[in-house]
Amino acid sequence: MRGAGCGVRGAMTGTVPLSAYLILSAALFAIGVIGVVIRRNALIIFMAIELMLNAVNLTFVAFSKFLGSMDGQIIVFFVMAVAAAEVALGLAIIIALYRNKESVNVDDINLLKG
Amino acid sequence: MEWLLFVPLAMLALATAALVILLRNPIYCALALVGTFFALSGLYLLLQAEFVAVVQVIIYAGAIMVLFLFVIMLLDVGHEPPPWLRQDRPRLLLGLGLVVLLVLELAVAIGSWIAPGIRGPYTSDYVNAVGNTQLIGRLLFTEFLIPFEITSIILLIAIVGAMVLARRQ
Repeated sequence: MRGAGCGVRGAMTGTVPLSAYLILSAALFAIGVIGVVIRRNALIIFMAIELMLNAVNLTFVAFSKFLGSMDGQIIVFFVMAVAAAEVALGLAIIIALYRNKESVNVDDINLLKG
Repeated sequence: MEWLLFVPLAMLALATAALVILLRNPIYCALALVGTFFALSGLYLLLQAEFVAVVQVIIYAGAIMVLFLFVIMLLDVGHEPPPWLRQDRPRLLLGLGLVVLLVLELAVAIGSWIAPGIRGPYTSDYVNAVGNTQLIGRLLFTEFLIPFEITSIILLIAIVGAMVLARRQ
């Protein structure tokens, strides 16, 4: 191991920069989008949406820390409240769909196709 | 030594997030999602957002995941065939192509950008002196009072709406 301050090893001993959090957040968001695209189960699509919400929350908190502002954390609080409401309503819709269609596969739900 | 905490937590978050969209049994997906929530909670602690970290565990890992597991068990959801065996492969590839575009766009946006913005008064030392939760509480009841009250209306509407939607006709 070489001395601190040179090359990658030097970078690894400091504090975590904002860009590291942004990259992680972008990766989590992309995983969420992939989940929405490749899965057909409405419940899993819902979980992928939660994943995307969490990725954005991470961005908010990271900016809040690095810009010395409290607003990001307050927004995260509101996002969580809206996410809770959204999950309650979404799962109720999925239950209603399952009652009518006996399925939670989004390909089976095509009433509006005529 | 922040990296010693950041790297494992980030790896855990990415691995469990990947499991959420790859596992075939919805129960396992939900449990992997709990792992993601805990990893993110650890990252919030690393960012000195203690209130958000605790609320993340209570609301996401507690309330929301219990709701998910409850519905999964209520509905008797079967396994779905893996994506690579599906019939509509062109559409799937189109979707994945769009995701690649999104990732490229995000990479360009993060890579070519320097943090602008005016620094606020809440420095790390000040937050530590007053307390993260105290500051959030004070802001919620002064500057953000109206949105905070509207949140209660949203939750009330959600309760009523969920009962109306899930009721047996």
